[in-house]
Amino acid sequence: MAESSNSYHIHISSEHKWFDLKLKEVWRYRDLIWLFTKRSFTVSYKQTVLGPAWLFINPIITSFIYTFVFGNIAGMGTDGIPQILFYMTGNAIWSYFASCVTSNASTFTGNAGVFGKVYFPRLTTPISNVLNSIIRLGIQMIMVLILLVYYLIKDAVSPNWWAWLLLPLVLVHLGLMGLGVGIIISSMTTKYRDLSILVGFGISLWMYATPVVYPLSQLGEGNLKTLLMINPATAPIEVFRYAILGQGTINISYLVLSVVFTVFVMLFGIMVFNKTERTFMDTV
Amino acid sequence: MNSDKREIAVKVSNVKKMYKLGQIGGGTLQADLQSWWAKVRGKEDPNSIIGSEERSKGDTFMALNGVDLTIYKGEAVGIIGSNGAGKSTLLKLLSRVTAPTEGEIDLYGRITSMLEVGTGFNPEMTGRENVYLNGAILGMTKAEIDAKMEQIIEFSEVREFIDTPVKRYSSGMFVKLAFSVAAHLDSEIMIMDEVLAVGDMAFQKKCLDKMRDAAKKDGRTVLYVSHNMNTIRKLCDRCIVLNKGKVIFEGAVEQAIEVYMGTSVKLEVPVNLSNTKRASEFSNLPVTINLFDLINNKKGIYNVGDKMFAKLDYKSIVNVEDAYLRVIIKALDGTSVTMTTLSKGFPIQKDKTETIEFEIDISRIVPGKYNLNFVLYQVDELGNYVNLDGVKDVFTFEILSVFGFNNNMPWTKKYWGYFYCDDLILNEHY
Repeated sequence: MAESSNSYHIHISSEHKWFDLKLKEVWRYRDLIWLFTKRSFTVSYKQTVLGPAWLFINPIITSFIYTFVFGNIAGMGTDGIPQILFYMTGNAIWSYFASCVTSNASTFTGNAGVFGKVYFPRLTTPISNVLNSIIRLGIQMIMVLILLVYYLIKDAVSPNWWAWLLLPLVLVHLGLMGLGVGIIISSMTTKYRDLSILVGFGISLWMYATPVVYPLSQLGEGNLKTLLMINPATAPIEVFRYAILGQGTINISYLVLSVVFTVFVMLFGIMVFNKTERTFMDTV
Repeated sequence: MNSDKREIAVKVSNVKKMYKLGQIGGGTLQADLQSWWAKVRGKEDPNSIIGSEERSKGDTFMALNGVDLTIYKGEAVGIIGSNGAGKSTLLKLLSRVTAPTEGEIDLYGRITSMLEVGTGFNPEMTGRENVYLNGAILGMTKAEIDAKMEQIIEFSEVREFIDTPVKRYSSGMFVKLAFSVAAHLDSEIMIMDEVLAVGDMAFQKKCLDKMRDAAKKDGRTVLYVSHNMNTIRKLCDRCIVLNKGKVIFEGAVEQAIEVYMGTSVKLEVPVNLSNTKRASEFSNLPVTINLFDLINNKKGIYNVGDKMFAKLDYKSIVNVEDAYLRVIIKALDGTSVTMTTLSKGFPIQKDKTETIEFEIDISRIVPGKYNLNFVLYQVDELGNYVNLDGVKDVFTFEILSVFGFNNNMPWTKKYWGYFYCDDLILNEHY
């Protein structure tokens, strides 16, 4: 047939292929991912007095609140790590994960205007959200590193330097997990708006079920600890603190469990997402 | 036809699109769980609409009901049809905003859909930044946009403002820039939904020319949806008419426009109007026009120079002292031809079916088919015109030419309009 010579052929069918993840198409739109990421930065601090300074102020305030509430009032231990460093590290990694989930949870409802008018692989939006979160994490890490250097000079911490090699993997892992969970929620919110309200709530609950504002050692041994270890966010966050603060443990079996969870959530998430993307404009 | 030799750009086979009517799934998880739980226990669904038993199974609407189309490379094809015919749904499916319920679509080539210009434009970002973003959304890579940037800015006529945030743009500038991005894409298939109805006249013409060139010189395929028959005439070399979710005509532009006009023709008298849906400005008004009928003419065919005798039945829920009747005559493509009204009002008594008979002077309208529209109104004490009822496109009548009309020269409405005057008289003063 004459048309077979054309390099671009798009076939649209009423049947949906569940296992077609369409990642190749996403790759073709990589410039768009980057532009989306850039846009959220240029736009988010327009018309504010302090501008990008908020990127620093936010975590500082949060860390001080944690120090005050959990460290001083509740008197939770930090395994001998200086309190402000402990909470700032925890806050940095958790807010990275949390923003991967929450920013993606509203992908469909939040972008309905654009999605309803033009087609591009919808997956570009969540991916750019994750990139955005990584950049924010990078900015927070600058402050963590400054504190770390200060306490290193005072000889108050001893990081496990070799484990720093694992940090990129931890970030990718947590990012993908957050992406997976986020897009599953976003796929469901096209029909059930209730979920978008539950997300904020659920994420803070999840934080307390993860050793973020307290070290795992605080729990002793027992069922509660096992339960917390099964939480797929626990193992990678422990690795993160093990590397930077020299506190915590690397538990291989729970780490594997966490990776399995991530792979499952990612694949399932993309499948559900691609399915939803086809007709969500009819129901949103 | 030599059509089978040409390359196919778009092939649509038996495409159907079903929409659910009314609230979808109750809207909340709780309601869905309730419905599900009721079903499990064999009880009645608490969220079903009362009295909708027989409809609940058929609560769907086929926006497209088996559409087959083949569009070849380099064609500029117009898609026309009345509101709700399925034009926009078809474009949405082609541009992959939503998926078909049944059927297959094959697109051979990259596709740009302009269902709206400026999609994704962010008001805080500068013109240039938005060109990058919008171009990327439409499927260009950054390198491609870089290469085209100069052309885009040139075409948009907003060079001085290109580094200003677009929130400072006038709406015209905004649209010009947005259109320029879309027009400079390297895609093989372009889909447009009446986006050209914006910008000033000069820019509109520039856009049309650009689209025409895209099809003629660059061999691109253009699909254009519009209600504006003039742009369709200028841009398209083939036309598809959709009606009630189906293709009812495919072929030459002028013929297609005639078919499309024909779908709004109503030829039977009397016309029962009591249940006709009123336009928003005429809904819930005190008077209801129930019936339209012709007097001494059952077919609605007249000769040039004839007058029309007709009557309306109506019923009112209030007394009206001074009611007036306005008759609006429109050509089938919606162009208003003329209006005639009463110089003196008539009283309406409430709760009683009354009839008015009247004479419409159509003697100076040129041959062709026209639609009748009626509005009943009154003038209140402040001098405002207040509608009592109104019905649109009630009846289509035809005026036939007679021997000697226009000195036997065929009348071209496109150039000469809908009214004729008496012949010119030469004053012999020389």
